[in-house]
Amino acid sequence: MTDALQAATLVLAAAGGLAVVITRDVVRQALMMSLFGLLLAILFFAFQAPDVALSEIAVGTIVIPVLLLFTIAKVRNQEKER
Amino acid sequence: MNAGQRQWFFGCSLAAFVGLLLWGVLGLPPLGHYRGPYGDAINQAVVAQRHATDAIAAVNFDYRGVDTIVEEFILFASVAGCTLLLRQQRDEEAGMARTRALEGRMGQTSAAVTALGLTLAVPVALLGWYVVTHGQLTPGGGFQGGTIMASGAVFLYLAGEYVTLRRLNPPPLLEVLEALGAGGYILIGFAGMATGAAFLQNVLPLGRVGQVNSAGTIWVISMSVGMEVAAAFVLLATEFMEQALDLRQRRRI
Repeated sequence: MTDALQAATLVLAAAGGLAVVITRDVVRQALMMSLFGLLLAILFFAFQAPDVALSEIAVGTIVIPVLLLFTIAKVRNQEKER
Repeated sequence: MNAGQRQWFFGCSLAAFVGLLLWGVLGLPPLGHYRGPYGDAINQAVVAQRHATDAIAAVNFDYRGVDTIVEEFILFASVAGCTLLLRQQRDEEAGMARTRALEGRMGQTSAAVTALGLTLAVPVALLGWYVVTHGQLTPGGGFQGGTIMASGAVFLYLAGEYVTLRRLNPPPLLEVLEALGAGGYILIGFAGMATGAAFLQNVLPLGRVGQVNSAGTIWVISMSVGMEVAAAFVLLATEFMEQALDLRQRRRI
């Protein structure tokens, strides 16, 4: 049971990572990265590392994607001005 | 470099990488079969020695406390660097004009997102505080709880309440909190030396196993780190937000 769960989370995380790479639109990519962070957190949890999973949820799922979105917004605003 | 050369280069690199990766993976111990003595020794000693039930927090904040100081200052220095870089690029006049132009567009957060963001912000921050204060008992601790608390502030932004966020989190206050959190860790380390023990030695009363105020300095350091990390991440998010939205006010620092 545990093995199947761990294998499933590994496959999901691999699929999530691939999805981040093949997404071309940057906004979608940031959101996809947030989803990937959540998948990684579930993976860490399945591998009995709840401490790491907690950090991953907050940093990988919320903080990094939001910082990326801010950066994208800034770049787009500058492009509009030109 | 033409396309053919590039593909050849890529192929060689890929082959070398896959070879090295396979070599490394095949040498790993099987999944779930930990071989080192350190983890087993810690697991056996931690409750008796430190009265902490989360061995990871005990390793981070006590047994390997000096390593964590360095890690904390990596975060501190990165946030300081980001803040410095983002501040240099501000041009006040163009920014004010853009803020006015943007204000109309920015108010269009949907009611559902605003409601959800506002509803979640405080419970999430409270959850973060819980994780910080219970680091020595259950999985979590200063870093994890600090980032969760900062996420609560990010929900305020997602709710479209960036003006509220800006007012709730004036950067000078955050900077002071961040510095206090980072400096507090070192001061707790010196508290050990003041009583004649070693730097960062766990000199506080250990309390009863399973109680919140147990595990001596682990509990105090966890809260200090939580304050530093939460302030650092909110500061970072605020700086990025101000850059992105040009939601700037004149600074009085």
